[in-house]
Amino acid sequence: MKRVFAAVAAALLSASGGAALPSQTVDQALIDGDSMPPKLSAFGLFRGNDPKTPAAGIGYTLRAPLFSDYTDKHRFISIPAGQKALVAADGTIAFPVGTVLVKSFGWNDVNGGRPVETRLLIRRASGWTALPYIWDADGKDATLSLGGRRVPVSFKSPDGEAHSIRYAVPNKNQCKECHSLGGEIVPIGPKARNFILDPAASDKLRSLYFENPAMLKPTMPQWDDPKAGSVATRARAYLDVNCAHCHNPAGSASNSGLFLRWTDDPTGVNYGIGKRPTAAGRGSGGMDFAIAPGDPDHSFLIYRLESTDPGIAMPEVGRSTVHREGAALLRQWIAEMPKASH
Amino acid sequence: MRFHALRHAATLCIVAGFAASPAAAKVISVGATTSDANEKLQEALILAEPGDTVQLGAGVWKLTDGLSLDVANVTVRGAGAGEGGSILDFAGQQGAGEGLLVTSDDVFLTGFAVLNTKGDGIKSKGADRIVYHKLRVEWTAGPKETNGAYGIYPVESSDVLIDSVFVRGASDAGIYVGQSKNIVVRDSIATENVAGIEIENSYDADVHDNIATKNTGGILVFDLPSLPMQGGHNVRVFENIVNDNSTPNFAPKGNIVASVPTGTGVLVMANRNVEIFDNVFDNNGTANVMIVGYRYEHKDPKYQPLPRQIVVRGNQHGKAGYAPKFAGGDMIAAAMGGSIPPVLWDGAGDAVVLDPVGVLSLNLPDVKTPQSEAKPAPADLSKGALPAALPTIKLPESMEAKVR
Repeated sequence: MKRVFAAVAAALLSASGGAALPSQTVDQALIDGDSMPPKLSAFGLFRGNDPKTPAAGIGYTLRAPLFSDYTDKHRFISIPAGQKALVAADGTIAFPVGTVLVKSFGWNDVNGGRPVETRLLIRRASGWTALPYIWDADGKDATLSLGGRRVPVSFKSPDGEAHSIRYAVPNKNQCKECHSLGGEIVPIGPKARNFILDPAASDKLRSLYFENPAMLKPTMPQWDDPKAGSVATRARAYLDVNCAHCHNPAGSASNSGLFLRWTDDPTGVNYGIGKRPTAAGRGSGGMDFAIAPGDPDHSFLIYRLESTDPGIAMPEVGRSTVHREGAALLRQWIAEMPKASH
Repeated sequence: MRFHALRHAATLCIVAGFAASPAAAKVISVGATTSDANEKLQEALILAEPGDTVQLGAGVWKLTDGLSLDVANVTVRGAGAGEGGSILDFAGQQGAGEGLLVTSDDVFLTGFAVLNTKGDGIKSKGADRIVYHKLRVEWTAGPKETNGAYGIYPVESSDVLIDSVFVRGASDAGIYVGQSKNIVVRDSIATENVAGIEIENSYDADVHDNIATKNTGGILVFDLPSLPMQGGHNVRVFENIVNDNSTPNFAPKGNIVASVPTGTGVLVMANRNVEIFDNVFDNNGTANVMIVGYRYEHKDPKYQPLPRQIVVRGNQHGKAGYAPKFAGGDMIAAAMGGSIPPVLWDGAGDAVVLDPVGVLSLNLPDVKTPQSEAKPAPADLSKGALPAALPTIKLPESMEAKVR
């Protein structure tokens, strides 16, 4: 993260440069237009086309990131000069037209740590546009991949387990499946309750991009830190990040009646407790309830999280491996619920 | 019973020559056999513009991931749904919850097959005025619990037309319309599914001129609790052939259709204003028509679990009730001389049955009363007040024009 900051600072504050990488300028007209350039480099978002070195902007992380096959994600925001993002009282962040959210996905032990893909979420006058780019074999540039692709990769998850998967780079429509709210594309991660600006960034830099950076104080506990909160609140944070972008009344899973936002009533049937399967199909796994209190083995929410079969697995896109650590937390949460009599 | 081929032929000569398309509309042709067919077809579906047609080449497409369409007013047209047509084969599917997902309005799907998806076959969500036409969705090994749930699956939509489709092998419902309004399902065949055709949590539907055969249950009209849209009503089921629904239930346990008894013709649960008329029933071992309340525990104060104002009239009844597959059914049948009457009512809510056949009531007016306390006895439901007849469902002319 320090390296990111150094590069950003160099790009922003140093007139003479002096960095080893060739400097590049963000092509704001291209960002603001309506085209889909075939090469990622056209945007000029990186210095020397190194996806970890933004040409301008500020890095961020999420307290709870969405699980994507154990990828390491590198994120930053490019905001047009003179514009600022505004954090609203409800914790949503309003980005100005011309903003780009840049997210690169890879593994430390794949391609020498270089990313496999970079996804852009661009705030244009007409709304947000999602563009997926896959890095070329030589790592020098990335190519627009509207139709998505399966990329075979082998990596080790943090627990040391070896995985060989056909990683799914989503197609443009699949971007929207997760990023859809009331039919419009919206960012998922950047909400004040989960958002952490590059801690190495100076106050000056924060103020350059955010109208009210002090409002960016995450309120959700870190899901994998037992000291950060109770099992229940950490489980709910996990569900908010990994499920609620679809499982909300205006999301892709609105018809399920299962709503898993941080703000939803965690005791209600619409949070899954005692909720019978409706359109779950094989996803019910022969179980009666999404969450059977005290009984994770008979809760099909767990069954779906622990499956990689496309007819069963949740989420439906973006995952070819099981997130063991996340599933373990949710198992513990359900196991600790008082058993209900049904 | 009309013959849809004749109906189509008659209307064809009236509209031929009047079809006009926007000047800018183009046809994007995609071939089946390239190794990157999945990527190329998905790109075509993304790059299509309103008014365009994505033309699927003939042949077998070996697809590894679900496809999706999110552009309004696009036609996806194949070279046919049968042998030699455009066959989208998902046997090697690695991701996505369905074969094809449509999330935009005014889409026309016609002339192709979707085979062996891991999850649902073709799903449309929030896609108004969608037309499913001359499609085949099939799990080719026949009934198996590991088959996908729904064949054709529109949900959260207004104006849905399903015309001349064939669905086989769904482990839930072959044709499933959920949480939608203004629906027509016609001239279609549903066979060897758990539920042939299901209208769930929906308003205003006509289900007619279909063949529902060899399913566990032929045609289901349901309303379930704790969903964003409920209070299902105004459904007409007419002029269908509903016969030989004898496939043992192969739904995953827990799913509501897992409780449908093998041998059910038409099943109405917790819906109001449902008319079942002029159908041909035959050889449904449990019952030709079953009318029941929702008997599971639920915590939804807004939910109405009783069937209300159900009308059964003018149907032809063949053999039925000779193998009732609900708890205690065989004992009741034995006591009644080997079979139960063709119409079965659990005693909850109200219904009018004008067909000249017997009705068996289980006399369980309170849905909280367990079935073990049933007091089965013949009932006469012909004396009830007939509710006003439901109007014919009328879809926008733009939709009807597409299938002529």
